[in-house]
Amino acid sequence: MTTAQIIFLVVAAVTLVSAFMVVTTRNLIHAALWLVATLFGVAVTYALLNANFLAVVQVVVYIGAIAILFIFAVMLTRKEMRDQGPQLNSAWWISALLAVLTFGGLVGMLWGWKGMDTLASEMPVGFDSVSALGDALISPNAFVLPFEVASVLLLAALVGAVYVAFNPRSGDSRK
Amino acid sequence: MIPLSWYLIFAAGLFSLGLFGVLARRNAVAILLGVELMLNAVNINLAAFWRYGNVTDMTGQVFAIIVFAVAAAEVAVGLALVISVYRSRNTVVADEIDMLKW
Repeated sequence: MTTAQIIFLVVAAVTLVSAFMVVTTRNLIHAALWLVATLFGVAVTYALLNANFLAVVQVVVYIGAIAILFIFAVMLTRKEMRDQGPQLNSAWWISALLAVLTFGGLVGMLWGWKGMDTLASEMPVGFDSVSALGDALISPNAFVLPFEVASVLLLAALVGAVYVAFNPRSGDSRK
Repeated sequence: MIPLSWYLIFAAGLFSLGLFGVLARRNAVAILLGVELMLNAVNINLAAFWRYGNVTDMTGQVFAIIVFAVAAAEVAVGLALVISVYRSRNTVVADEIDMLKW
């Protein structure tokens, strides 16, 4: 057991336990906070994988924006089903069975694959993955088109979100 | 060194937990939380295959960044829909949002 392996196992265990709490805990605010713990565990996993930019973006975008958006949404809708009624639907055991089968199927499929025990090669000396990623994102020979399409998608989604969530009545009452 | 399989099994576990959340939760916001878990599991796989493949080829990380953008768009639209439905129907239970059923 090397140090990296021990760190990975601890991070993976913490992440999976928090993910389990996200899907089972009753109070949705707590679920959103467990989601923050899960996302942070994933950020540490990125750091273990030498994906520095992804680790930073995970913290900034997922924890800083998406998790906070979830907390806002829970607070705007919570009085409906905070503590009464079941949080899981009546067929939850089928869902649990499906999830276990999915996990078993994925692991079973991977088991026969001979690339499983691959170890990572050393990072090339002088290779900066962040600048390489930046080059790849704006290079016409690489990914500039998907990058721009993603930005248009984000803009369209944000305009759509504002339109869908806009309440005309509250807009009138402000006048 | 950590074998590739550890990352893949970790991501498979995270994905399955997210799948359970999506299928079993009654609250629409909690369903979106499950979707986030699944997207994160996919991203771990992409980053792991980038690291264990050819490091100078950035395709894996670029794909992960696109997934980030799509996840942000999905959450923004999804939560806007939930809030809008909550305003008109006063419920966030996915089973009770059946306006398209007749």
